[in-house]
Amino acid sequence: MPPLLEVRALHTEFRTGAGLVRAVDGISYTVEHGETVAIVGESGSGKSVGALSILRLIPDPPGRITGGEILFDGKDLRGLSEAEMREIRGRDIGMVFQEPMTSLNPVLTIARQITETLEQHQGADRETAERRALELLEMVGIADPKRRLKQYPHQLSGGMRQRVMIAVALACNPKLIIADEPTTALDVTIQAQILELMKSLTRKLGVAQIIITHNLGVVARYASRVNVMYAGRIVEAGSAEAIYHNPRHPYTMALLKSVPRLDQPRRARLDPVDGQPPDLTRLDGGCSFRPRCRFAVEQCAKARPPLAAVAEPGHLSACFRSAELSDIRDVAA
Amino acid sequence: MYRYIVKRLLLAVPTLVGAAALVFVLMRLIPGDVCVIRLGSGGAHVDPASVEACRQELGLNNPLIVQFLDFLWSYFTFDFGTSMWSGQPVTHEIAARLPVSLQIAVMATVIAVAIAIPLGTISALRENTWLDHVVRMVAIAGIATPSFWLGIMSLVLVLDITYLATGKAWMPPIQYVSFWQDPIHNLSMVLLPAITVGYRYSAVTMRMTRSAMLEVMREDYIRTARSKGLLEQIIINRHALKNALLPVVTLIGIEFAFLIGGLVVTEQVFNLNGIGRLFVQAVQNQDNVLTQALVMLVVVIFVVTNLVVDLLYAWLDPRIRFS
Repeated sequence: MPPLLEVRALHTEFRTGAGLVRAVDGISYTVEHGETVAIVGESGSGKSVGALSILRLIPDPPGRITGGEILFDGKDLRGLSEAEMREIRGRDIGMVFQEPMTSLNPVLTIARQITETLEQHQGADRETAERRALELLEMVGIADPKRRLKQYPHQLSGGMRQRVMIAVALACNPKLIIADEPTTALDVTIQAQILELMKSLTRKLGVAQIIITHNLGVVARYASRVNVMYAGRIVEAGSAEAIYHNPRHPYTMALLKSVPRLDQPRRARLDPVDGQPPDLTRLDGGCSFRPRCRFAVEQCAKARPPLAAVAEPGHLSACFRSAELSDIRDVAA
Repeated sequence: MYRYIVKRLLLAVPTLVGAAALVFVLMRLIPGDVCVIRLGSGGAHVDPASVEACRQELGLNNPLIVQFLDFLWSYFTFDFGTSMWSGQPVTHEIAARLPVSLQIAVMATVIAVAIAIPLGTISALRENTWLDHVVRMVAIAGIATPSFWLGIMSLVLVLDITYLATGKAWMPPIQYVSFWQDPIHNLSMVLLPAITVGYRYSAVTMRMTRSAMLEVMREDYIRTARSKGLLEQIIINRHALKNALLPVVTLIGIEFAFLIGGLVVTEQVFNLNGIGRLFVQAVQNQDNVLTQALVMLVVVIFVVTNLVVDLLYAWLDPRIRFS
């Protein structure tokens, strides 16, 4: 069976006052049916833009998809008309956004925001749609769903709002859900609840999932495969286990060290990734992580390391020294 | 809900008293008084004794504090007094002038809203296209053109066209007749001023609609609506417009309240006997009682309009309704 989603050499650019920004610079990855894939990276790494590009939700101007293919269920989404694309959005691919406060419309009831998707894609009448909305709210674990349906977003807590977003995304039984930092705006205790909910629902309903996050800790628990993005490119890809236990890119290693852990003795402070993300308008021909990399050598300035296979099958890293890295790390530790 | 309305109306009492004090003081700061103007208007010799008698009769010789308290007390008893100039009850004076002003204000508002909201929305959605530029140019012209000039030009145009077409120049009638009595007569009189005023009004509203729409279209919930695959029309009507109308409603309310008493120049140009003109006459004649009544009327209109705007707000925005 071909993968549900195959992104090939996707390029998305923004024309800004400061120059051309290649926010997504040739990323390729696949998502199998029912699989959860994580895309990890810092702010500005292009992970959200890459995900919004799949649904062609990049505002144009200033943004534009300039190259690559997005094969979803055998169709290239880039070749579809706007009307055909609307059919895909919300029906085959659901989206969960970062800020449940601002991502729900403040002047529409919860019911309306769920039923309108059903009316649009399934031609459901008001009554059927409302029954389904009630069912969905129950499914995402909202207590007293009858009352909640009549309420407005501001009357719900952050966690409940995100549950509503999930209900909206699931309304038409999509094949894929794209969750863009679904827990970043929530309390830590709520974060775990939301992630568990998404995990159990996607598993139960057989929905594939792309989780976009900057938290590698989230990844290990909820994703089977991981793509690490830096400056618009994928710098490391592999199974969650491989990435977590055997990272082969200095950026991934730095990210892992920056995750606070409760199972280890408390250190004086966290180890953030040193330096700032690069200015995407002035990238040179070398490795874009080079200025922040402890392992940089002369070669890194001359050419961009290609994404190449390392030890395990399916594990890729874009680092000239990926083979040495595991040894270096052992020495350092 | 009713409690809220009653509360708001009670809170308006201090506003009314404040406005009363202000107009009372201002009228008395103007040198001279109604008696000097009335008895000396023919340029004839003014007899000091008759001026004094007139002042005595109108109560202008009473201490200011007594005059002020009289004024306030009479309003609490809904006795608004008689004009110092004509001797007519001010309620009669105002009742004769209010319909035309009210009709023009309502018609101008309807015209403005009907033009401004669709055009402002289209302009925002087609930002920086030729359509947007044309709409914005028309809007800027509307704000920059003085309404008296526009009024004179439109009258001249009507004169010219009717002259060329029929050989006889036609002018709008001067005598106000209510719409129900003679709709054609009524409309031929008020349509032109209503369009003139409505154009400027729509220009302001259009710009506000455009900028509010532009802002709303960048909101996260619009992106969410897009991600649901909704039709663009539904996104605009259901998701964007309802949010964008909030600031526009405020503007419409303020403009409407202003129109009722503020069309001084337009009424002059079109020779209409409205509230604006009555206002000027009352001040020129130093008719304290009538001026005070008119100011209080305008304040009441503002208070009521603001209340209506707030209720509309609550209707549009559940965050206000439920807090």
